[in-house]
Parts: sequence; C-alpha cells; structure tokens
Amino acid sequence: METNTQILSTEDLRSQEYFLNMGPQHPATHGVLRLLLTMDGEIVKNIEPDLGYIHRGIEKMVEYDTYRQIIHVTDRLDYLSSHMNNEAVALAIEKALEVEVSDRIKVIRTMMDELTRIASHLLWWGVMGMDIGALTTFMYAFRDREMINEIMEKTTGARLTMSYNIPGGVMFDLHPDFVKDVKAFIPHMRKVLPEYDRLLTGNIIFQRRMKGVGYLSAEDAISHGASGPVARGSGVRCDIRKKAPYSAYDRVEFDEIIETGGDNLARYQVRMREMYESLNILEQLVDNIPEGPYQMPMRTLIKLPKGEFYQRVETARGEFGVFIVSDGKKNPYRVKFRSPGFSNLNALIQAGRGVKLADLVAIMSTFDFVIPDIDR
Amino acid sequence: MTYFGKIFYGIKTLWTGMKVTGGYFFPNITRKKYVITRQYPDEPAVVFPRFKGEVVMWHNENNEHRCTGCQACEIACPNGSIEIIWKREVDPETGKKKKMLDQHIYHLSMCTMCSLCIQACPTNAIMWSTNFHNATYDRGLLTKVLNKPGSKLMAGVEE
Ligand code: SF4
Ligand code: SF4
Repeated sequence: METNTQILSTEDLRSQEYFLNMGPQHPATHGVLRLLLTMDGEIVKNIEPDLGYIHRGIEKMVEYDTYRQIIHVTDRLDYLSSHMNNEAVALAIEKALEVEVSDRIKVIRTMMDELTRIASHLLWWGVMGMDIGALTTFMYAFRDREMINEIMEKTTGARLTMSYNIPGGVMFDLHPDFVKDVKAFIPHMRKVLPEYDRLLTGNIIFQRRMKGVGYLSAEDAISHGASGPVARGSGVRCDIRKKAPYSAYDRVEFDEIIETGGDNLARYQVRMREMYESLNILEQLVDNIPEGPYQMPMRTLIKLPKGEFYQRVETARGEFGVFIVSDGKKNPYRVKFRSPGFSNLNALIQAGRGVKLADLVAIMSTFDFVIPDIDR
Repeated sequence: MTYFGKIFYGIKTLWTGMKVTGGYFFPNITRKKYVITRQYPDEPAVVFPRFKGEVVMWHNENNEHRCTGCQACEIACPNGSIEIIWKREVDPETGKKKKMLDQHIYHLSMCTMCSLCIQACPTNAIMWSTNFHNATYDRGLLTKVLNKPGSKLMAGVEE
C-alpha cells in the first residue's frame, strides 16, 4: 500500500502546468482586472496581467479638453483618492502659471487629502477583511467611513467623485460645520482604530494569512516602481509628502510610516498606522485654518505657457504624477498620468510568484488595487 | 507552542474579536443603542443642501428665469451635456433684434456633476438641486429642458 505522498511523487503522476483565468469578473480583483495565472497544482508559477477592460482613453480624451475640464476626469482614475488626483492637476497648472495660492486653500486641500486618505484606507480595510473571509470588518469600516462621506458631502456636494479642486483654489468654501464635524470625527476614529485591531489584527486566522505571505523585497519594490504603502511596507522611503512637500505638508509634523517586513502584514500595518498619522495631521490643522480667499483670481480660459510641467502627489495608493506638455494653446498637447496602481501591479507579479492561489487573493488585497487607476 | 497551547491561543484571539462584536450586539437587542442603518425607502435619506443632484434653472413666481442664452455653460461643459438653442427676438422697447434663450437642454445622462457650468454662468441662472431620484426606465427621459414653457427673461438681468 502506497501513501498519498508516494503516489504524488511518482513520475507519471507529476502535475502538469496549466493556465487559469482570474478575472475579469472575479470578485476578489475588485473590478475588471484579468490575471492570467500559470499554475502548478495550487501553486502560482507566474502572473500575467491582462489590462484594458476598463480603458477609457482618458489621456487622449483630455487633449481635447481645456485645462479647467481636465480635473473632473481625474476623479475617475482612482476614485477613492479623487481629491488627491484633482489636486495634482490643479497644482501642475498653478505651477505652470506661477500662481501662489493662499494659505487657506493650502490648508483646505491638505485636510481634504487626509480625510480622503482615511476614507480610502477604511474601505481597503473593510474590503480586505471580506476578501479573506471576515465579513464583519466591512460593516465596521463603512460605519466610520460614512462620517467622512458626510463631511465631504456637506462641503463639496459629492461623496466620492468630488471635483473639488479647480486651478487656483477650490470650488466652494468650507461648510460652516466642517471644523465641528472634523473635531467630532478625530476622537471617534481614535476610539475605533484600536477596536479594529482587536477585531482583526490579533486574530490567529488573519495572522496566518498575512505573516510571511507575499514577500516583496525593497530592491524589487524599487525596480518595479512600486510606491505608496506597498513600497513603504518593504522599507522604501517614498512618501511624496515628505520628499517633495506640496500644499501645507511642509508646515505639519508627521512621521513617514515604514515597515520592513515586506509581507502582507507589513503592508497592512503601514496603512493602519498611516490612519493615525492622518489623524495627527488633521488635528494640527483643524484649529488653525487661516482666513483668506478660497479661490485665486484666474482667467476663465486658462492657457499654459509653452513647456513641460510635472507635479506629483501622494495618493492613498502611492505616487500619482501628472505630466502636461503645453504648446501654448487652450488644450494641452499631451497629458500623461503616472498612476500608482499600474506600477504596483508589476510588483504583484514579483510578490505573487510561488504562493497558493488563495494567498494571491490576500496579496492582491494588501496591494489595494483600483482598476480604473491601472487602466485609465 | 504545544498543540493544546495553539488551540487555546486560537480560541483566545477569536474571543477577543467576539468581544468587540458582542459589545455592539448585546446593548442593541435590549436598547437599540448603536443602530446606525437608515432604512432608506421608509426613512427619508439625509441629503445636504450642497448635494449635486442635477442642474436646474431657477424660476421666480412670475415664471421668469435669469438665463440670457449666452452659451457660457455650454462651452464650459466638458462632455456636451448642455445644449443652448437660441433665437433672435425683437426687443419690444428698443425695436432691435436680440439673442434670446429658446431652450436650455440638459442631458442628465451624460452629466458628470463637475459644477463647471454653474461656475461659468455669469448671471447665476442655473444651480444644483438635491433631487437624486433620477432613475427612469427610458434614457430619453433624462434629457430635460430646463427653462419652463412660456418662461421669459427676468428684467434687469442683462445690465
Ligand atoms: S455639471 Fe459639468 S458635466 Fe454636468 S452639465 Fe454642468 S458642466 Fe456639464
Ligand atoms: S445658464 Fe447661464 S451660462 Fe448658460 S446660457 Fe444661460 S446665462 Fe449663459
């Protein structure tokens, strides 16, 4: 009588490599991403992302838009970081025109950035729990995310695709309730974050799914151009808020969160700790929002001088860059968006090799992809 | 860790998590303390005044609006959601022909709620409505004429 192991190790029963489609309709890919997996049994040998299922040609489309009109399509790239994406374009245009915005605008933008970052991380936390089989996290995260959405809705009029930035300022002034709401939100968030840890972080099943799975070395992270919490989880210092401060980030004190584990747990911890840092930033700014105009005087039809302009910001997923080539007309000659998701997807190929198929789902969650951001 | 130690540790971590959910569950069944779900169709939805539902044109009680038909909103709109149809009409006072608004057509199905048209309007003729009950069975119903039938330009807007 042979044992199972002996049967499997005999030459003629050796498993054969096969291809497996993950997506475009797989719920764990959070959108229409198709991964072509080369499998050996249950082990993932290679990952080939197949993109383009939600390609809308935004980069080409904006060549026919005026500079004011570019901003609203960047909402539709990474819809969870829509405010930061808007800001990148607005900052690039302001840089090109050499407009200095008022302190009030800078502080408003920074606070909105941080609120968006927390909202995005909360959604990630809830959905990641769902991906690995813990439904409760989703309810808890969405309960608290709702508070941010209401703050956003009061001021900007929208909950997700806000289109709040315009070249030279923001669309509306802050809602009178804004300071009060943020002040109520900060202690609430500080109270529930330890609760999240009790609920999920210490859980033995969760730890087993996270620890040592999906290792991405710092060299790989750099060579694949990963950024944001993915790279910071591997110990790469890449926070644009520190490296090239924009808006009011040069006047607030916060730590760049670095974890050196490189595995799922490290990426998880980076995001969890980043939420505390975002709360710190909000706390420093909420009491001293300077007075001043919320829009700088700008021409209705903006024409940029001839040249090339680049601005990068740190979104919830990493480095988002806008590259504008202008030939002096009212539309840009070429616009390129450097989206964090696209580069992080390349790092996934590295991190996902040699793991079990179920672990790939967990790794994808900690990479936190937003598919419209990858495809544009 | 021993075999039984592992089992004990696993149960302990599960218990920690269960305590969190239990802390919400038990007060709820007795006092409904933490119920935050809004039963939407039965309870009214909370919508804030700035909510961008759809673009509407403001009319006063005499059925007058402020739109001069200048087409600034049509030019500002990034996706052609607004079409202005204008006509030339004889001004009763001066006797000259003048550009007037005939129809302000708004395609809600294409609108991305970017507010650019409202920013662009020099006379504040259009504004946001918080109505979000826009679902229809026919896409054609989402094309709306914003100026009401028989409405005319409010006096004194053009100065
Ligand atoms: S909100 Fe934006 S998309 Fe909608 S009609 Fe106005 S300009 Fe056009
Ligand atoms: S709504 Fe305003 S911008 Fe549009 S045509 Fe009328 S007056 Fe001009």
